[in-house]
Amino acid sequence: MTPMVEASGIHKSFGRTEVLRGIDLVVQPGEVCCIIGPSGSGKSTLLRCVNHLERIDAGRMRVDGKLIGYQETGGKLHELRESEVARQRRDIGMVFQRFNLFPHMTAAENVMEAPRTVLGTSRAAARKAADELLARVGLSARRDAYPGQLSGGQQQRVAIARALAMQPRLMLFDEPTSALDPELVGEVLDVMRGLAADGMTMLVVTHEMGFAREVGDSVVFMDEGVIVEEGAPRDVLSAPRHERTRSFLSKVL
Amino acid sequence: MTDPSGAVGSGRERQEIQAVPVRHPGRWVAVAVLAVLAAMLVHTVVTNERFGWDVVGQYLFSAPILNGLRNTLILTVLSMLIGIVGGVGLAVMRQSPNPIVSGAAATYIWLFRGTPLIAQLLFWNFLAALYPRLSLGIPFGPEFVSVDTNVLITQFAACLLGLGLNEAAYMAEIVRGGLLSVDRGQAEAAGALGMTRSQALRRIVLPQAMRVIVPPTGNETISMLKTTSLVVVIGYFELLTSAQRISNQNFQVIPLLIVAAFWYLVLTSLLTIGQGFVERRYGRGFVPDRPGSRLLTKAGTT
Ligand SMILES: Nc1ncnc2c1ncn2[C@@H]1O[C@H](COP(=O)(O)OP(=O)(O)OP(=O)(O)O)[C@@H](O)[C@H]1O
Ligand SMILES: [Mg+2]
Repeated sequence: MTPMVEASGIHKSFGRTEVLRGIDLVVQPGEVCCIIGPSGSGKSTLLRCVNHLERIDAGRMRVDGKLIGYQETGGKLHELRESEVARQRRDIGMVFQRFNLFPHMTAAENVMEAPRTVLGTSRAAARKAADELLARVGLSARRDAYPGQLSGGQQQRVAIARALAMQPRLMLFDEPTSALDPELVGEVLDVMRGLAADGMTMLVVTHEMGFAREVGDSVVFMDEGVIVEEGAPRDVLSAPRHERTRSFLSKVL
Repeated sequence: MTDPSGAVGSGRERQEIQAVPVRHPGRWVAVAVLAVLAAMLVHTVVTNERFGWDVVGQYLFSAPILNGLRNTLILTVLSMLIGIVGGVGLAVMRQSPNPIVSGAAATYIWLFRGTPLIAQLLFWNFLAALYPRLSLGIPFGPEFVSVDTNVLITQFAACLLGLGLNEAAYMAEIVRGGLLSVDRGQAEAAGALGMTRSQALRRIVLPQAMRVIVPPTGNETISMLKTTSLVVVIGYFELLTSAQRISNQNFQVIPLLIVAAFWYLVLTSLLTIGQGFVERRYGRGFVPDRPGSRLLTKAGTT
């Protein structure tokens, strides 16, 4: 079986600071992989390399067996054209810490936008799909509300529905609950739990250790641009082998 | 979680507020002063015969004035169109990762903002002195068509080139400011959904930037109404020129200035109303600044 995500030897620098220093990671189809680690360890950067929002300096990033951002022909790498990168991103959904909903569109319009603009779906079909997705995240009643009228938890659920509208094969979550009031975290995690149960492949950067333990198939601990430790949640979270993992967990638990 | 004192809002009597409002004697003094000043103004405008209201009435709808008005309108609309389209293009070029492209836009803006508009109008008008013939063809290669510059660049065309290309430089900075005001996460979210850069610009970034772009563009348009009077330097005419031509003959300077001012104020009022509509259109989804405005709400939400 081809892995859904296969990162090998990923390096990435911003100016002189090397943020990712040789990352190897494999996520199988249907797997929920949670990435944990201290602030600044490069978790967001790694996630953004998966859909080529950041360009990697070295290594190979593959999604569903396909090289991301490049094409390898005759042993030489060719950069993909912008439209080809955009095409690759259709299959990779992303959910941001700060939601990034389109504020000038209603919840339903947010969900309809990419199918309409990118895939050329008819208005009626996009509307129907949006209604179904909003029902799935429990927001049918708020379909005509603008993001500014929604709570943080509701906005993040719309953002998840918006990503799902493109029927992605992989979902990336970058701390989806970190910007939320504590009482709103649960409703977003519930939606993600449902997604995982439906077999969606998910790569989740999170500080919610409970979620990682309960929903995650694997947990990856990152520090200073490298993967320090990875394995089943009960091993990494309950019986960490590395000192750095232990000291991080003792601070967040 | 129940209220121990019983159901909320029952039991105790509502205590209405019946306070004496704060007095503002200063405001009343100001109102009185303004009222007296307004009365004096109306009085002098009506009784001073040198305003020449009969002359104003005589020329307000006269053919030369209406002709000038038409030219003012056409020049304003067309040069603002050139300015806005050119400005969006320049602003997008300015943000290009390619330094040659962004440098070219920066140079254009520097050149057209840095030289007087009158000089630019004269330049386009006398282009024939520099290039007697203009031709279309392969650079340094064969020509397909070639025309006399004076035929192609009429006085009217020179006006549009001068006003429009100059306006584009100013609009470019306005549009750029608008684009910069949109959070980077918006373009990123659009990109993550599979939109190309131009799709993200058209559907996501520009519509949000419009909120910031529209008010100064309204300013520019109102300013353009009056800037068009500069075309007199290349012998073209519009509202103010028409009024002056008449007063040069009948020496009724003040009444004809009033005629011109009247029409400028009419156009400005129409533009201000139009701007309100456009602003409401692009304010969709944003929290209104004005209390009582209900831009945000749709279908009874909140
Ligand atoms: N565009 C950028 N330009 C320069 N430096 C950057 C950029 N993006 C990230 N960095 C730096 O890279 C490092 C890793 O950032 P990253 O956002 O990946 O960390 P993180 O693990 O997601 O942290 P957090 O938990 O705070 O979100 C940080 O030191 C950050 O300052
Ligand atoms: Mg981060």
